[in-house]
Amino acid sequence: MTLAEKLISQKLSKEVYAGDIVMVPVDWVIAQDGTAPLAIRQFRKLQVNEVFNDQRIIFFIDHAAPSPRRELSNEHILIRRFAKEFGIKIHDVGDGIIHQVFIERYATPGDIVVGADSHTCTAGALCTFAAGFGSTDIAVAMALGYTWLRVPETIEIIIDGLLPEGVYAKDLALAIISKLGPNGASYKALEFKGDVIKALSMDSRFTLTNMAVECGAKTALIEVDDICAEYLTARGRPVKERLKADPDASYESSIYMDASALEPLVAVPHSVHNVKPVTKVQGIEINQAFIGTCTNGRLEDLRVAASILKDKRIKEGVRLLVAPASREVYLNALEEGIIEVIVKAGGVVLPPGCGPCVGVHLGVLGNGEVCISTQNRNFRGRMGNPKSEVYLASPATVAASAIRGEIADPREVK
Amino acid sequence: MKILGRAWCFGDNISTDDIIPGRFFHLRGNIKELARHTFEDLRPDFSKSVRPGDIIVAGENFGIGSSREHAVHVLKVLGISAIIAKSFSRIFFRNAINIGIPAIVANTSGIDEGDKLEINLNKGTVFDITKNLKISFKPIPRFLIDILEAGGLIEYVKKYGPNLVRP
Repeated sequence: MTLAEKLISQKLSKEVYAGDIVMVPVDWVIAQDGTAPLAIRQFRKLQVNEVFNDQRIIFFIDHAAPSPRRELSNEHILIRRFAKEFGIKIHDVGDGIIHQVFIERYATPGDIVVGADSHTCTAGALCTFAAGFGSTDIAVAMALGYTWLRVPETIEIIIDGLLPEGVYAKDLALAIISKLGPNGASYKALEFKGDVIKALSMDSRFTLTNMAVECGAKTALIEVDDICAEYLTARGRPVKERLKADPDASYESSIYMDASALEPLVAVPHSVHNVKPVTKVQGIEINQAFIGTCTNGRLEDLRVAASILKDKRIKEGVRLLVAPASREVYLNALEEGIIEVIVKAGGVVLPPGCGPCVGVHLGVLGNGEVCISTQNRNFRGRMGNPKSEVYLASPATVAASAIRGEIADPREVK
Repeated sequence: MKILGRAWCFGDNISTDDIIPGRFFHLRGNIKELARHTFEDLRPDFSKSVRPGDIIVAGENFGIGSSREHAVHVLKVLGISAIIAKSFSRIFFRNAINIGIPAIVANTSGIDEGDKLEINLNKGTVFDITKNLKISFKPIPRFLIDILEAGGLIEYVKKYGPNLVRP
């Protein structure tokens, strides 16, 4: 059995395999301020008086936080009132991004997680079966405590070698997406393994699982190992059981990659799978550089950026925006002196949350403007203006570009 | 279920940001108002010209990206009766069925903008009346048709109770 098959089988206490359609109990139902209001409205239509478990539903206000408009302020009120009425936990403005707070505080190996956000798959790096859904599925899961699923086929991605200097998990993610294409893993699970994965920090692993949905994957999984167990133990969630895929598990396909051959990569407008080596796009002038999001707003990401920005100034006329992914990340970055480095270099620190990634606030682009960002999507109009362009890259590449005022190779900015 | 309508054609990899851009985030609480901006960047005339019953026809991977279910609700409010694509993004496919819009996987290569289409969900056929072209597709699983016939997942749960996957 693959990890995906094992997780669902364990939850159902019976063996199920890829292709089976099952009703599965959910451990967590999560939603954010862009999707929770619709889920709440759909829930009301069900005319039920209670939620399945008030301890297992969590709302997060991260997409428009703090609210830039009265319409959104009113949606936030709707979420807060509903949470109060049903005793549901809410992470309000300033706590951070749904996926980051969820992995820091809640996700536990073996859990089945349904989230009203496409990047719910991030939690798969903690060996949870976590997938994104729309608001109506979430409304029904809030009421019933389960959902229906088709057990997915799995593509195993084996990454060996060593990440070269200047190459990070984000570059790896972009390499995988460019290989698979925008629907190369549609409806399927990804399972990451190999020497490189074993050596990656949790922060880096979350970058990989986060971007799995960009090639259509339903979820992405990594086995629990010592690094993962340590991450969870430090957060008061010691691992009871380490699920492993069977040696004879049946994979739909296997992809082998040698990380040693990689170089820093950039996804160019307007699609995530439009990936080029940084050496082919360096020199393109930028107006804004953004470091943050559920993809790359973690401590390790800010640390890498600060190591490049230290004792330097960003190019005049360029805006560098940095949004820690959560309050925990923010506090740790403060303690390490990272925030000071960013501010002294000319950067602007935004509150923990999604920042400008969704095109709602805190850095909407003007006509003809170019942004290089650590986020996961560069669809036309993603950062609030269809007449702007978004390039995607690692925190190192984005920090180096902010210094140069143009897309730059992080290996050359020292 | 039989559906009759006029085709609006789109290409591959249409994202939910294309259907309803993120900059209208603040209108999500008002679907009717939000719907006025449907496909605004790709087809500025869409929301004004679309007629109830019209059918969306697309290439590969329709509805990629954000899980925003609003991308389906705006199509529903505008009266879209079905979406036919070579393939769908997983979340969008579920959302469409959950809101009661048939999402049909079929080879759409022969269909052009404005063609009159007749869809038979149970038989698994799209008939392009304009071109006299019959396209077969793998029928949608029975319980998903039940969800569609109920009018969406909410109505389905109210009608059939908590057993989501009925035999």
